[in-house]
Amino acid sequence: MGKMIAIRDAYGEALQDLGRRNEKIVVLEADVGGSTKSILFGKEFPDRYFNVGISEFNMVSMSTGFATQGFTPFVNTFAVFMTTRGIDPIQTLIAYDSMNVKLCGTYAGLSDSYDGASHQAITDMAFIRSIPNMTIVSVSDAVETKKAVEAISEFDGPVYLRLSRAAAPVYFDESYDFRIGQGVEVRDGEDVTLIATGTILHNTLKAAELLKEEGISAKVLNIHTVKPIDEKILIDAAEQTGAVVTVEEHSIYGGLGSAVAEVLSAKCPTPMEFVGATEFAESGDYDELLEKYGFSPEAIRDKAKEAIAKKKI
Amino acid sequence: MTEEKVLELKERTLKFRNDLVDILHHIQTGHPGGSLSAAEIITTLYFDKLNIDPENPKAEGRDRFILSKGHACPMLYINMAERGFFPKEDLMTLRQTDSHLQGHPCAHKTPGVELSAGPLGLGLGAGLGMALGERMKKSDAYTYVLLGDGEVQEGGIWEAAMAASKYKTNRLIAILDNNGVQLDGTLEEIMTIGDIGSKFESFGWNVIRCDGHDIASFSNAVDEAKMSEERPSIIIAETVKGKGVSFMEGKNIWHGKPIGPEEYKKAKMELGGQN
Repeated sequence: MGKMIAIRDAYGEALQDLGRRNEKIVVLEADVGGSTKSILFGKEFPDRYFNVGISEFNMVSMSTGFATQGFTPFVNTFAVFMTTRGIDPIQTLIAYDSMNVKLCGTYAGLSDSYDGASHQAITDMAFIRSIPNMTIVSVSDAVETKKAVEAISEFDGPVYLRLSRAAAPVYFDESYDFRIGQGVEVRDGEDVTLIATGTILHNTLKAAELLKEEGISAKVLNIHTVKPIDEKILIDAAEQTGAVVTVEEHSIYGGLGSAVAEVLSAKCPTPMEFVGATEFAESGDYDELLEKYGFSPEAIRDKAKEAIAKKKI
Repeated sequence: MTEEKVLELKERTLKFRNDLVDILHHIQTGHPGGSLSAAEIITTLYFDKLNIDPENPKAEGRDRFILSKGHACPMLYINMAERGFFPKEDLMTLRQTDSHLQGHPCAHKTPGVELSAGPLGLGLGAGLGMALGERMKKSDAYTYVLLGDGEVQEGGIWEAAMAASKYKTNRLIAILDNNGVQLDGTLEEIMTIGDIGSKFESFGWNVIRCDGHDIASFSNAVDEAKMSEERPSIIIAETVKGKGVSFMEGKNIWHGKPIGPEEYKKAKMELGGQN
């Protein structure tokens, strides 16, 4: 297991570095720059940094104007505010006209644990995924974050980048070939496929170890691009293992699990189980919340066994 | 503005009001009231003020016009067709399947439309982003945003108003089509916006008032707005919803009602009688 680096720190540094290499990057922030870490960019490039105060609707609307002028705006706030307060201009201005805007929503899932359910984002991907023209990238470690920031800056079109507040082990190394739209097999296996997105990938890998102790061989996929999703890697894995579990720090309605089910039900019907949120969580220690709300390695392991049991019927 | 130019624009707005009634009667859908109140504003911008080139609608350094009150797009499309952004024949396809002319402005379908709009309250923030982008490119272009008076009931307008003031976007010019009527009734009945000029003033804007149906008055207001050195400007243009068609004037029912055969005859007669 690699050392722990907070995703938000990796993001802030990647954005600052991008600013040095690309003069077209402008950064918008809604008064949480110290939390999103967009402040790193702001300190080095004050002329390209727009902290508009607590006005997410206006921040997202403004970003559209910059995009029409040939700039590449990176828009920052908490994931939950981006996709509730900012959803109108996201749909009407950015998605409808395929504006080249990068919406970077941090504190995804339960990672803003002590602030409670009002600040935790468990619906963000569902909102964004239902809107045409949107791409969703959700990252699992510091290296993937850095590569994703670079990749979305080069991608022409609207992207929602899902970031965590939490520290996560660095799993990938610098040689990691990150491509938007391409799923990644991080562990091979035969009996079941565990499909994860975001930092919960690490608990998913631990679940695969637990399954191994019981003689069960689990394949693990990292789906960093939730939309458009890599259909081929899903279908191949489903065919090979015959049972699938999706794992996401997000509602089981409308996110990764739904996306995988849409593909497999149409193209390769496969028994599935879903690890995700089904209710609002609460304030508390992050690891305790993950445990309590069903995201622990043991909970993932148990869902995997349920999925396997279904294929044997 | 010369008297000659004023006369020319007056003739155009009369013709455009006729075109509008013809089109909306033909397609039996669309918004006459807010299109008629904005006739002089849009026509003066498109035929005198805006630095734009229909041959090259994406030219760098051009002025931008955002119709934030997107439902008035029939009047916008009529102006754009006359300027040569697309063929005039297209106008009768408005709101019909396969047309590039959508019921609300669509930037990726209609050449020369700068921003998709319709859901109210979005255009001022987007215009602010455009104006800031222009400034970063060291361009001296202007960004114009036409707002409805009902539209400023949206909170997003005030978020943008606050931000434009902070960023001192003096080349951002908002225009308020102050016709006093929204879909369900008058603003007084539904949700008064009070002394709207004072509100923008207190947000740090340069506020200019004019008669939105008097071309010279509106033209002067634009020229004055362009002189602003630090503050964004808003031109509060006093207008009449449905202006030019007596039975539509000031009536909220004509926000988006189809024009019937008898109404069509009467409207055309009135517009033919005007000069």
